[in-house]
Amino acid sequence: MSSTRSLWNRIGFNPKVAPYIFISPFFILFLIFGLYPLFYSAYISFFDLRLAGNRGFVGLDNFTRLFTVDEFFTKALVNTVILLVFGSLLQHFIAIPLAILVNNPRTRGRNIIRALFFAPYITSSVAAVIIFGMVFDHNFGFLNWLLETLFGIEGGFRWLTRGGPIKAAISIMLNWRFVGFNMVLYIAGLQAIPHELYEAAEIDGCSNAQKHRYVTLPLLLPVIFFAVSLSLIGGFQLFEEPFVLLGGTFTAFGGPGQGGLTAAYYIMWLGFGTGRLGRGSAVAWVLFLIIIVFTLLNRKITNRLRG
Amino acid sequence: MKTELSRVVSGLKTTLMYAVIVLFAAIFFFPFYYMFIIASHPRSTMFVMPPNLWFGGEFFTNIRQLLAVQQHIPYLQNYMNSVIIAVVAVATTLFFCTMGGFALAKYEFKFKNFIFVFILSTIAFPPFLNIIPFYRMMAAFGWINQWRALIVPGMASAMGIFLMRQYLEESIPTDLLDAARIDGLNEFRILLRVVFPLAKPGMGVLAIITFIGSWNNFMGPLILVPARTRTTLPVALNTLSNLAFGEFGMIYAGTALAILPLLIVFFFSSKQFISGLTAGSVKG
Repeated sequence: MSSTRSLWNRIGFNPKVAPYIFISPFFILFLIFGLYPLFYSAYISFFDLRLAGNRGFVGLDNFTRLFTVDEFFTKALVNTVILLVFGSLLQHFIAIPLAILVNNPRTRGRNIIRALFFAPYITSSVAAVIIFGMVFDHNFGFLNWLLETLFGIEGGFRWLTRGGPIKAAISIMLNWRFVGFNMVLYIAGLQAIPHELYEAAEIDGCSNAQKHRYVTLPLLLPVIFFAVSLSLIGGFQLFEEPFVLLGGTFTAFGGPGQGGLTAAYYIMWLGFGTGRLGRGSAVAWVLFLIIIVFTLLNRKITNRLRG
Repeated sequence: MKTELSRVVSGLKTTLMYAVIVLFAAIFFFPFYYMFIIASHPRSTMFVMPPNLWFGGEFFTNIRQLLAVQQHIPYLQNYMNSVIIAVVAVATTLFFCTMGGFALAKYEFKFKNFIFVFILSTIAFPPFLNIIPFYRMMAAFGWINQWRALIVPGMASAMGIFLMRQYLEESIPTDLLDAARIDGLNEFRILLRVVFPLAKPGMGVLAIITFIGSWNNFMGPLILVPARTRTTLPVALNTLSNLAFGEFGMIYAGTALAILPLLIVFFFSSKQFISGLTAGSVKG
């Protein structure tokens, strides 16, 4: 009793020890729920481990088959990259000008505008997909009606049953959900740029466009790197939107012709749709390496632009 | 003459600027509006051309219909589950992240910088890499269909610790801590009596972020808590939209009820929420 009490006091009154105690929950949880599964996932990727049982060590088979016989993996990877470009990366070209526009001191009601643009981000992927269900409906959907009324496109697109339109539909949803989020990141970046730089540029006779070209963009590069990194990490792991949009069950397997099968969807399908845990883990590791390569590439490009 | 022209040009510019903003605002807002439109129409006026752009009168009929199919999708139960899980997740996250953030903000100790950078770097850790072994582990723990599977792993989140560190570093005077030590308070008492009360504004931001994250979590409960009566709203909505195919009024009414509280909380706290979320992007 007295010894536990004195131990308590020894730790409690020692500012050299207390911080380790305070930070320890993170490391305990990370060890159990982060690091251990990481190694376990690497380990089982060399086995034909199934939900039903372990069929033994298979060496690199789980990996080699991805690049030789597994057509679904190739398809999933291509889909993922297409969705990454149109759903996650190109939107930065909308988000940056929008941020400059909204951040303009002459714009009134900036906080309300920011909140309104940001609201889609706090909507869950499931709710977003359900909401867009009626927008994309082939016969009675709002989008096909709009396309017909505005542009005279008759018959409309089969948004949810054809490979190309499926990816277009998912991209539209991703743009809706994340443009506001990226815009908000860029606004925070813009507000960190010292105002004197713009005044100096003005004295040097820069036009508005030149100011953004020579002051805003270079100084925004770190934020662009950060935001694009988030998009890469999120985009390569895209699962929920295609999963819910195309039926919300693993048996849907990416919809008609696997048009909405992404790499992460494929991992989930292997692991939880068919119970092939070893193969699923192998795909997860390949995806992880791809994310690392792209993030490093992003860093390299950013550094080069910084000069 | 010149000033007249430049005034017209600048007036045009302003108009164009607002036009672009209004256009985008309309695009971002429209799906929410459309959700309430559809949620308020009965089946008889649902499938029409041109599409409905104004409210029908059957919102509450649709809600009643939703509550009538509760033996298949226990909507109210799932709603309660979501609330309880989010509240517990918020409470535990606030506790552990404030504690961890305090350590990194106000103490000097060996490996402090390394620990800080390490914690930060785990934010970029892709969760998909782990999902299969994670599931195996939860099954081994006997945590499948237990709410703790959704709460415990995220209790001391890296993002939360980072956020609280940033906040506490600036808002807690070191003198105050020293004074408390001279008064004979040990470090745990200081945490509880001095730091927690002063951390409230920072905790508010973290609370909103954690609540929204928990409320919207879909993949977690889909895999870890699939049982119909134990699971949360997003999984229930997913099931609903598959089972009740074509009953859009009911599906949309359920969705509207699920995201309405979130939208209300968000519009009252958007400023703090956004500032918390962007805290890392500029400095980092």
